[in-house]
Amino acid sequence: MGFFLETLFGGLMAGMLYSLIALGFVLIFKASGVFNFAQGAMVLFAALAMARFSEWIPEWTGIESRLVANVGAFVLAMAMMVIVAWLIEKLVLGKLVNQEGITLLMATLGITYFLDGAGQTLFGSEIYKIDVGLPKEPLFLFESTFEGGVLIGKEDLYAAGIAAALVLVLTIFFQKTGTGRALRAVADDHQAAQSIGIPLSRIWVIVWSVAGFVALVAGIIWGSKLGVQFSLSLVALKALPVVILGGLTSVPGAIIGGLIIGVGEKLSEIYLGPMLGGGIEIWFAYVLALVFLLFRPQGLFGEKIIDRV
Amino acid sequence: MLYRENGQFKTSYQADQQIFPISQDRLAILLLIAVAAIVVPAFASEYMFRAILIPFLILSLAALGLNILVGYCGQVSLGTGAFMAVGAYAAYNFQVRVEGMPLVASLLMGGVCATAVGVLFGIPSLRIKGLYLAVATLAAQFFADWAFLRISWFTNHSPSGSVSVGSLQAFGWRVDTPVEKYLFCLMFVVVFALLAKNLVRSAIGREWMAIRDMDVAASVIGIRPIYAKLTAFAVSSFIVGVAGALWGFVHLGSWEPAAFSIDRSFQLLFMVIIGGLGSIMGSFFGAAFIVVLPIFLNQALPAFGSLVGLSISTAAVAHTELMIFGGLIVFFLIVEPHGLARLWSIGKEKLRLWPFPH
Repeated sequence: MGFFLETLFGGLMAGMLYSLIALGFVLIFKASGVFNFAQGAMVLFAALAMARFSEWIPEWTGIESRLVANVGAFVLAMAMMVIVAWLIEKLVLGKLVNQEGITLLMATLGITYFLDGAGQTLFGSEIYKIDVGLPKEPLFLFESTFEGGVLIGKEDLYAAGIAAALVLVLTIFFQKTGTGRALRAVADDHQAAQSIGIPLSRIWVIVWSVAGFVALVAGIIWGSKLGVQFSLSLVALKALPVVILGGLTSVPGAIIGGLIIGVGEKLSEIYLGPMLGGGIEIWFAYVLALVFLLFRPQGLFGEKIIDRV
Repeated sequence: MLYRENGQFKTSYQADQQIFPISQDRLAILLLIAVAAIVVPAFASEYMFRAILIPFLILSLAALGLNILVGYCGQVSLGTGAFMAVGAYAAYNFQVRVEGMPLVASLLMGGVCATAVGVLFGIPSLRIKGLYLAVATLAAQFFADWAFLRISWFTNHSPSGSVSVGSLQAFGWRVDTPVEKYLFCLMFVVVFALLAKNLVRSAIGREWMAIRDMDVAASVIGIRPIYAKLTAFAVSSFIVGVAGALWGFVHLGSWEPAAFSIDRSFQLLFMVIIGGLGSIMGSFFGAAFIVVLPIFLNQALPAFGSLVGLSISTAAVAHTELMIFGGLIVFFLIVEPHGLARLWSIGKEKLRLWPFPH
């Protein structure tokens, strides 16, 4: 029982991290109808910027404070992501208005290649580390109830807390601020939003910047867990089943989908894996999502797809 | 003046229904095949065959298969690499396990197995549509990656996990040298391209296109979506499977599952999009572009670097390659979202009016 709970918690924590990346997908899809394959590359790019700037800032300024370096690096990395968002809007999306979904998807794949190359050219391609002071030591829960207690990484707990806070901030941003309302209006209906005077191109820059922000947070958390390296951009492939499971248009869907996938993955690896020969994590998530989709083709919380002739 | 159909009267149904109704088109295709089969082998170097021509032929065959599914039937698939892998490993197993199995037969049986897997993973398309389907087909990709790595029966229990085939022999002809391998692939490509060209203008091809353009409307006028979608998956994965078998047997010789990874799927989708959705010719253009571009960049960048007096490290070359590749893809999508095939047909239109455009 203790072991089961431990796996369950591990899955929930991992799921929280998946939903962090899935959130980036959902934000952009909601506002611009683009399925942004470049989210993983944005995570890598942001994490690289963060890692390198936090190395460079003490060298440039001579201030040896961890806090200054990290805050400075965060600001600079965020500025980079805003520039990326602006360039993507100006050079790519602005020119591809009214194209089919598949063409836009391919364009974001092109952006993926470009960002992967650009990030590694600018910031180098070795393994870097991000140290924002997330504690590494494990934590034991329920020691009175079970023999040996339930082991949880403190780092995971913090990460899950940060993810939850991020979702809260985003929800407030979307529900309470003027910009958030404009974003939701664009998500609802491009043309109607435009006709009441909401500037589409600025909204897109904002959405991509917000997605960049989410990517940066995800990059910091994943980066401090795994180290910043090229394989970080592949994390996006793990978030894809989360997105379609939760529904492409739903923020709560991304969270709940992430939790389901995280738990499903870990439990299947422990309890089904030995029967099938191990390593089933990666496809199990997809098959799980596929089975869910057979019953709800629009995902758990997606908008119902209505076909009209 | 050179290229127009007036004056070419059709007096029988047969003449009206041939694949290339305009005589100049027929001539051009015959010339193209003749050049590919006779002139190219006489002049191309061994490096050309190994690095460019053979990969180009096989990947255009795979792109052709994918184009039937994506371009003609409108079902986006990101699992093409998986179907190639199924074709390759199935062909390998037929070759190894069945005594005296002819080479061509095992290649085709590889295609048949890929068909079965393709139809299986095509079943969700009856309920799931659009981008959801695209992501769902990734399930096939990751499942295949896993299966061929972990289930040792598929690799004939080879300890290293990679499989290799011996010498190739078809109809008493030893396919050894690069030229022979090239001709062997060319044979498959020509046959399948003509079959595909014929298929997409038949009743079933029209059903696919109706489903692609609007599936609800298509089912209202009496097209069965199940039948149309699953046949598209079947035909597409058969061709892709044969291409995969050729890729393993002829191009690689020995391979492991990484040869058919998700990158391969993306690469093929790029070929289809850049070449032109819903165009047989486009598959070849796209394949040529995607095969040649990295090789060209790889050669040109260091040369360019030394020209301006910079020595570029290999890592920098690799990264710059990625950037240029990504940039060019975006550029192509912006200037010609309908692909190189559209430029081709615009060219033909212009040629029809030449020299008196109105």
